[in-house]
Amino acid sequence: MNIAVCVKQIPDPATPYQLDPETHWIVRPEDQVLDDTDRYGVEIALQLAADGDSTVTLISMSPAGNLQGIRQALAMGADKAVIVSDDALRGADALTTAHVLAAVARREGADLVVAGTESTDGYSGVVPQQVAELLGVPALTYARNVERSGDGLRIEQQTATGYDVVEAGLPALLTVTAGVVEPRYPTFKGIMAAKTKPIDQLTISDLGLDAAALERGQDIVEVRPAPERQAGEIVEDEGDAHLRIVAVLEQAKVI
Amino acid sequence: MAGIWVFIEGSQDGPSTIGLELLTKARGLGDDIAAVYLGSGEADAATILGDHGASRVFHMAPGEQLPAAGAAAGLADLIAAHDPAIVMFGMSYTDRDVAGRLSARLGRSLLSNAIDVSIDDDGVHVINEIFGGTTLVETVTATHPALVVFRPKSFTAEGGVGTTPSVETVALPDVGHAGAARVIERHEEAATGPKLEEAAVIVSGGRGMGNADNFALVEELAGLLGGAAGATRAIVDSGWVPYSLQVGQTGKTVKPDVYIACGISGAMQHLVGMKDSGTIIAINKDAEAPIFGVADLGVVGDVNQVMPKLIEALRARS
Repeated sequence: MNIAVCVKQIPDPATPYQLDPETHWIVRPEDQVLDDTDRYGVEIALQLAADGDSTVTLISMSPAGNLQGIRQALAMGADKAVIVSDDALRGADALTTAHVLAAVARREGADLVVAGTESTDGYSGVVPQQVAELLGVPALTYARNVERSGDGLRIEQQTATGYDVVEAGLPALLTVTAGVVEPRYPTFKGIMAAKTKPIDQLTISDLGLDAAALERGQDIVEVRPAPERQAGEIVEDEGDAHLRIVAVLEQAKVI
Repeated sequence: MAGIWVFIEGSQDGPSTIGLELLTKARGLGDDIAAVYLGSGEADAATILGDHGASRVFHMAPGEQLPAAGAAAGLADLIAAHDPAIVMFGMSYTDRDVAGRLSARLGRSLLSNAIDVSIDDDGVHVINEIFGGTTLVETVTATHPALVVFRPKSFTAEGGVGTTPSVETVALPDVGHAGAARVIERHEEAATGPKLEEAAVIVSGGRGMGNADNFALVEELAGLLGGAAGATRAIVDSGWVPYSLQVGQTGKTVKPDVYIACGISGAMQHLVGMKDSGTIIAINKDAEAPIFGVADLGVVGDVNQVMPKLIEALRARS
């Protein structure tokens, strides 16, 4: 089975994010990290590929930078990576991203595309579904448990009130929630091996995509800071802070 | 004036809460308001949808298949026939699946994390939250239809309109392999107490609780206050509690009267899901924790000292 895992290099979430005031694009440093939520997708792909007859390919779209984030995911055990890095893609929206990822998945002959439910930096939360539609495959979304079932997959899909058991044949797309599996930590051997694993860097013309066709009909008219919440009273606990909490709960009329 | 459409998923409890929130907002955007209702019990649902302002209902009945692919194709056909100005979705599981597929099918962008919308001669203006809700972006979409996914609780649902909508049933088109995922079983998980999204009081725990066992304090306090227990991504990822308890960017958005954050530092990813709560109380050892920036009452202290005393004090009152 050919498994493609969508991964994303993002600015370190511990640092404040910024938009370029001119272009309104997110400022991306050279040194980006692997989106933490992607580790779940990589892990489930590695587990599904454990039959020995499968390939796990990381697929990604972002300025390549120093590729640190991609190497983090390769160090977990993925076989190779394909990253699409093209100035024409700066500021790309979710659907453009989906077109690029779908084109890479096709190029790789993926039987299964795996993704997290949403990225940490942009969190539009719809790219995987768009990719599934573009590929014409079912989307097994919000999986909290995944297993092979015959020639396809069976998942437990998180719902608002519980979960559904859902099955689909391949090719298919899968999105996984945090907690679906415990992602492995890269071993020293894995980190060393990642340094020499193949990373293909492509432009959109390599994929046969046309930048003009990816233009969208929306204009940003304003970017502004959200109104901030006023900070309130801070007390040090000296053994009686719980009484202050009780008073606030009374004031809020919940007790 | 072109139509204002709201996609609404139904469950055994009727139309989704977020669907009714969006329908309420739709009333202020135009006169021709349609609900695209995916679910069963359409007669009862239509009454509720009409009471929230829908003048017509397009009803889609889900079958054994996961409905998103078929619903997106059905919606695309309806849009081609009726040319609405906007289709509104909620940031919920099924809505996101349908909206994403529809966007790709139509080749039109989708705006996520919207919190407000207005329509004027320039087009559909949408305000989106980015960067954990710290920054707002306003976009205008000049051509039909704008596809927009809204964060829950951006608007308050209000019924009382009393419209009797027309109901038109729409068959889900056959989309072949894309629609072939089958639902084999459905499981409702018995929840004690109110739902996280609807609770008036939420007590959430983070890494500062120390370990999974200490999360019992969070549940106990939530129970005493008639509220629900929530969690940060950090402890969901650590396997202490299930994903369904997660509050934040990748979890649920909540807006209770009172939110008590216990051992939560207040990462951006968490704040986006709870910063609009009525009163925020935070207990954390680290006086520099960002959660104190949004707290009405911040207690700098050890949760495992403060919470047992708080629980005891509340028990003594009851």
